[in-house]
Amino acid sequence: MVRTLLVRGMLAGLLAGLLAALFANLVGEPALDGGIAYEDALAAAAGEAGGEELVSRGVQSTLGLAVGFVIYGVAVGGILALVHAAAQGRIGALSARATVVVVAAVGFVSAVLVPFLKYPANPPASSLDDTIGLRTGLFVILVAVSVGLAAGAAALARRLSVTLGWWNAVLAAAGGYVVLVALVAYLLPPIAETPDDFPATVLYDFRIASLGGHLVLWTTLALVFAALVDRAARPAAVR
Amino acid sequence: MSQAAAEPRPVAVPAPIPLREIAPWALFAGIVLLALLYLVGMDQGATSVFSGQMLHEFVHDGRHLLGFPCH
Ligand SMILES: [Zn+2]
Repeated sequence: MVRTLLVRGMLAGLLAGLLAALFANLVGEPALDGGIAYEDALAAAAGEAGGEELVSRGVQSTLGLAVGFVIYGVAVGGILALVHAAAQGRIGALSARATVVVVAAVGFVSAVLVPFLKYPANPPASSLDDTIGLRTGLFVILVAVSVGLAAGAAALARRLSVTLGWWNAVLAAAGGYVVLVALVAYLLPPIAETPDDFPATVLYDFRIASLGGHLVLWTTLALVFAALVDRAARPAAVR
Repeated sequence: MSQAAAEPRPVAVPAPIPLREIAPWALFAGIVLLALLYLVGMDQGATSVFSGQMLHEFVHDGRHLLGFPCH
């Protein structure tokens, strides 16, 4: 059963990654190129010659982009399937399909949206090279804390539902999550490295495109996995 | 009003899977899946398991657009 779910989750993730890569190529690449144009202008002004490319821009923006998104989609799809396996039948009177949607929504909010609000996606040349360690560390910490708090909130909601009913239990647990994650995000140090003359439209378009790509990926993943889970869970007689 | 009031259809709630059954999958598949996320999002950046810059350069655009810290 777990194996079936895992395979289907990863399959759904593969499809989701492909579709999101298409979106990222059409909507995200123009903004990404804007960052690279800024970078090239800086280098030209400093009199530096363009460095040798290991991978051409053409490959990076198509095949490389698609491979990156597909690996991410498959990994997230597999993790979603594992969490779904633990959640199904345990979070109220939800069908398998509805469980997938709830788990994916909680996953998107806690692993992507909330970390994005504090440490948003950045186009090329808008960050300092030497702070990659600090930026990566802080990002991983916030994602881990946010996902951990969301898991804790889910367990709390399940416990409270016995006495409060599901509606109030979810409200209380979600409120607790929001307060705690906001506090953690507030306490973590800010990252403000964008150069003063970095084009604002590039930054804005890039971040919206990044969030949009995640929305496409997570929505596709949830809906495709839900359909696959429904087919697996439904007994033939009820069909 | 020829139709009778629709009866509420029961929701098919799936049976919980015993956590004992999930645990080995969560452990082994979980580690592999997290390793995939690490490779696509972070390796040859802040930390390197593989030397060089090839992996980083190849998935570079995905790294930026997926919101991982890069350059
Ligand atoms: Zn970069």
